[in-house]
Amino acid sequence: MIEVNRQGEVWVFAEAEDGKLSDVPLELMSKGKSLAEKLSVPLAAVLAGGGVRGLADKLVAHGADKVYMVEDEKLTHYQTTGYAKVICGLISEHKPQVVMYGATPIGRDLAPSVASAMKCGLTADCTDLQIGDHTEPVSKTEHKNLLFQIRPAFGGNIIATIVNYDRWPQMATVREGVMPMTEPDESRKGEIVECTASLDGLTLPLQIIESHRQEKAVNLKAARIIVSGGAGVGSRENFQLIWELAGCLGAEVGGSRAAVDLGYVEHDHQVGQTGTTVRPALYIACGISGAVQHRAGMAESAKIIAINTDKDAPIFGVAHYGIVGDLNEVLPKMIKAVRTGAKG
Amino acid sequence: MGYNCVVCVKQVPDTKRITGEAMTEEGTVNRAALPAVFNPEDLYALEQALAVRDAHGGTVTLITMGLPAASEVLRDGLYRGADRAILITDRRAAASDTLATSYILSCAVKKLDPDIVFCGRQAIDGDTAQVGPQLAEKLDMTQITYLEELISLEDKAICIRRNVGNGYEVVQAELPVLVTVMETANEPRPPAAKKMMKFKKAFSPAEVAGKAEHLLEGDYENYTAELKAAEVDKYCGKLQGKGLLIEQWNLDDIEADLTWCGMKGSPTKVHRIQSVVLTGGQHKQIEPTDEGVATLVAELIEEHTIG
Repeated sequence: MIEVNRQGEVWVFAEAEDGKLSDVPLELMSKGKSLAEKLSVPLAAVLAGGGVRGLADKLVAHGADKVYMVEDEKLTHYQTTGYAKVICGLISEHKPQVVMYGATPIGRDLAPSVASAMKCGLTADCTDLQIGDHTEPVSKTEHKNLLFQIRPAFGGNIIATIVNYDRWPQMATVREGVMPMTEPDESRKGEIVECTASLDGLTLPLQIIESHRQEKAVNLKAARIIVSGGAGVGSRENFQLIWELAGCLGAEVGGSRAAVDLGYVEHDHQVGQTGTTVRPALYIACGISGAVQHRAGMAESAKIIAINTDKDAPIFGVAHYGIVGDLNEVLPKMIKAVRTGAKG
Repeated sequence: MGYNCVVCVKQVPDTKRITGEAMTEEGTVNRAALPAVFNPEDLYALEQALAVRDAHGGTVTLITMGLPAASEVLRDGLYRGADRAILITDRRAAASDTLATSYILSCAVKKLDPDIVFCGRQAIDGDTAQVGPQLAEKLDMTQITYLEELISLEDKAICIRRNVGNGYEVVQAELPVLVTVMETANEPRPPAAKKMMKFKKAFSPAEVAGKAEHLLEGDYENYTAELKAAEVDKYCGKLQGKGLLIEQWNLDDIEADLTWCGMKGSPTKVHRIQSVVLTGGQHKQIEPTDEGVATLVAELIEEHTIG
């Protein structure tokens, strides 16, 4: 799709599984709403699946002006081929200017396939999206109101802002948890547009033999307080101190990638660029040096306490309170203080 | 029966090991100071392909796109057991984004007509995970992302367990397929000493030209351009005879349409790059004493952050 498209809508791919919407599309609705308002165009959700009708109202309540709904038996279980065909068909027909997907395993499987078929740009794992103007460096041609696709790159050491202006639509996947989800407004009205999938005669290439899904046992995203440990904790046994402090604070336990790689704590607990992005009221980083990959996932916490023996550790750069000391000595003191404080 | 496997690999700057030496005084990363390595996840893709060949026969062909220096990852792949290595290098491919890269790779892969294409899930410099799926689309091959276990491969049917984040699914498909491989899939075999001895002398033509003064005999300095080119060709011919030539293809060799290559074929453009600065930031220093910690905790309880 090469023609310039300035009137097109802003779209969110409404990923749903087992009759339930994922969090990311709902997180994307509030961001999408502000983008659509800036561009003075409607915000639409694209809802595909088998038996997803009941989910459309929720998308409207979360900000969709329109829901493009495609119901087909062949879409009941996600497969790249069927979904890509449906999304490409809708894009060709309705010509949105922006399409956003969650950077989930499904979104990261689907969006590149769509981008390849539509021959348009795609930026992965965005942490922010804005509308802005871009001037081409050589020709000085100005492009107004483009989608600024902002993402960490190079292992999190740089933040890149990506634009595309010569092929449409502008597409991005957005990381889970980075856009706050706003409260739904049940009184909102939206238009439900029923679309046909045109999947007749298509044989899906995958046979799904087994499918196992489970709710995450650890819910870091919803935690108000997180006590997190890194390589500096030293062993899985020492990690008990993290669990103990978390226990008396009613907190969740987090870990850096190093702690997970060393086997101190399970991957579900990982905070950071390849784990979960969190923004709790309080984040206590114990023995975490603070590689950018980790800081990218927790720097927006309201309050950060860092405990580390190395006074130059980068984690202190994002901390509000810094304790230079051995966590094996500091944590018991903190546990004691919390227990005493709670009693008093 | 054997399977014709192609593995797409990438040479990347080692973004995971950023040491003090790679940092500038301003606290930003000096990319040039980072060592170039075999993209870690591509090693799992290579291992998976080697395992298929070892179990069923066939061949493993490595391809990479990059500067001549990227021949290094191909040599590494040969040390580990790949049968054939192809370098796609061309100035006109510079500044390709994932769409252009997948297009160029698709032109090369088409020439190899594989049964299975293996890619690492993503590369550590961009972390996009886009080239695999885009390549599958361009090749019109069935795409199976996030392989965690290859359960079975019989005749033309492949059965794979894939990790879907909050669980797994087992899927079956007819070949040809393109799979992207997770790091949990296997344990990559190390380079074999014997193969290292042999293939450390394997070079791509671009490398031979670049290292001509070391590799070629005679008064190389005073050769004319034609004579140099002829000498390089002669040397490459000798390498080929010994099975030591890393094949090299340019965009013409793979019949790529230049509209879809390089900067021109790349819809995504960089608007701005900001370095993440590691220094700075103000924080309140708390003493690691009973009193210091107790005061902090009391303060947090006071303001209802905890309790």
